[in-house]
Amino acid sequence: MFDAFLNQTIDAYYLRILIFIGINIILALGLNLITGVTGQLSMGHAGFMSLGAYTSAILSVQLEVPFALALLGGALVAAFFGFLIGIPTLRLEGDYLAMVTIGFAEIVRVFFLNFGPGGKAVGLSGIPQNTGFTVVWLLVLVVIVLNRQLLASRVGRSLYAIRENEIAAEACGVDTTRMKVLAFSVGSLLGGLGGGLYAHYMYYINPQDFGFMKSIELLNMVVLGGMGSIPGTIIGVVILTILPEMLRIVDEYRLLFYGALLVILMIFRPNGLLGDVRVYDIKKWWTQRGDRE
Amino acid sequence: MFWEQLLNGLTLGSSYALIALGYTMVYGIVQLINFAHGEVYMFGAFVGLFLVTAGFNIFVALLGAMAFCMLLGMLIERVAYRPLRGKSSRLSALISAIGVSIFLSTLMVLYRGPNTTRYPEVLGGSTFQLGSLQVSTLQIIILLIAALLMVVLELAIKKTRVGKAMRACSQDLEASKLMGVNVNRIISLTFAVGSALAAAGGVMVGIYYNAVWPYMGTMAGLKAFAAAVLGGIGSVPGAMIGGLTLGVLEIMGIAYLSSSYKDAIAFAILILVLIIRPQGLVGQKLSKKV
Repeated sequence: MFDAFLNQTIDAYYLRILIFIGINIILALGLNLITGVTGQLSMGHAGFMSLGAYTSAILSVQLEVPFALALLGGALVAAFFGFLIGIPTLRLEGDYLAMVTIGFAEIVRVFFLNFGPGGKAVGLSGIPQNTGFTVVWLLVLVVIVLNRQLLASRVGRSLYAIRENEIAAEACGVDTTRMKVLAFSVGSLLGGLGGGLYAHYMYYINPQDFGFMKSIELLNMVVLGGMGSIPGTIIGVVILTILPEMLRIVDEYRLLFYGALLVILMIFRPNGLLGDVRVYDIKKWWTQRGDRE
Repeated sequence: MFWEQLLNGLTLGSSYALIALGYTMVYGIVQLINFAHGEVYMFGAFVGLFLVTAGFNIFVALLGAMAFCMLLGMLIERVAYRPLRGKSSRLSALISAIGVSIFLSTLMVLYRGPNTTRYPEVLGGSTFQLGSLQVSTLQIIILLIAALLMVVLELAIKKTRVGKAMRACSQDLEASKLMGVNVNRIISLTFAVGSALAAAGGVMVGIYYNAVWPYMGTMAGLKAFAAAVLGGIGSVPGAMIGGLTLGVLEIMGIAYLSSSYKDAIAFAILILVLIIRPQGLVGQKLSKKV
């Protein structure tokens, strides 16, 4: 298998980082769909991740379901809850919605802290390590391609329209209700898928892995890269996955630097790294540069 | 039993209310969820601890913590939020706030370690009997201080020139600017006042639960934000009512349902309330402008 080949050629540490980048891309693209594209602030994405991780892990460990089915099960359960959380968004806006998503993720966390089949506070261990480089990056490719298709379609344009101006979108005939629930369902599906992959990579999961800080970390990735843009989200993920690793040289000051860097990046690139960069501008800049030479 | 729990709930709720006031005042003016607010509260608790350990009277320590956090709040606003104002989306400011929050809690971990520090015995543990009700002096003192601070705040907002300017800014920032209000100064002052209240909450919680630790701000901040939203974010009386309601409901939930679901209960109630009343308990329903 390709994975066995990689295990021999690439240092285990780098392979691990590459796998985490892949998993985070899937998670962040899901959140990007909800927050970046549709503009519905969700601060509880880790809740969906948790649902996906626990469902798939319990399916694998307790019921010995095949890996693919376990992943699918986790993703579907997360999507179902995303659908449920999508419904109140029809009445709530902005920060009220943010609060509902935070609350939802906290409820999920407390639920798994007390859930017998999930091992309660001790966590669930002995999950088969089925997630490897190949599986993760194949899924990443599929997710990116499907995501692109979705965003380029009529549905994608409706989602962007809701972000820009919900009332105007509705006036133009966009079924905002259906679109918002759709964004939440698909976004959470990806959250659940990422969670399932994470669980089957780590052997062991604990409700605290999916706390508020995890949601925030994912939100940072989406905002840092540039809201609503797929390349932006991927860059955000790569930077924020590698940054904490690179900051290991400063050891105990790691989080101090991480916090400060978030502030500095936002001050210098307030719209995210790629948020106000357009392909058109790059082309123009490139051709003008050619003219000058 | 019920009345004792109610009193416990009000004590916890008054600390939520004090923190929630900072969230709601800042939100009312700049529409920013100030995620560093929980950490300001934590710093308040620690500064209070240092002053008490250094031998100061508890009320001096309370004032000292409030003064320190006033400066801290203004500094945070100056460094992390003002450079972003007007040229970025609200989410960028939110990430900046999260950055500050991570920075501050790590700073305290580096200084004190991640473990819990106990507060020295300052107000004594005396209790007295009120009918069949057992009341601790500490609870009464906390409730009185919280009530006093809220009354002072309410008067300051309603009666003073600065308070008037704050209200004007929360209605319309641009128009206030045109009317000659120094908007930057008012925003800075709003952070100062909110942070001072959070510091007071921090010191009181530290004394009441006899413990402070560097990560205490995260959950308290979330709960207080929940309280602010519950009351109707942007509304000052809303934050007070929301804080007290959340505190009482949480304690009742622990007493009559289950303590292991403590945090879930608070958030479940919040979600239910928001689904029924999307604008919060006392928030006004704004009609959208096209």
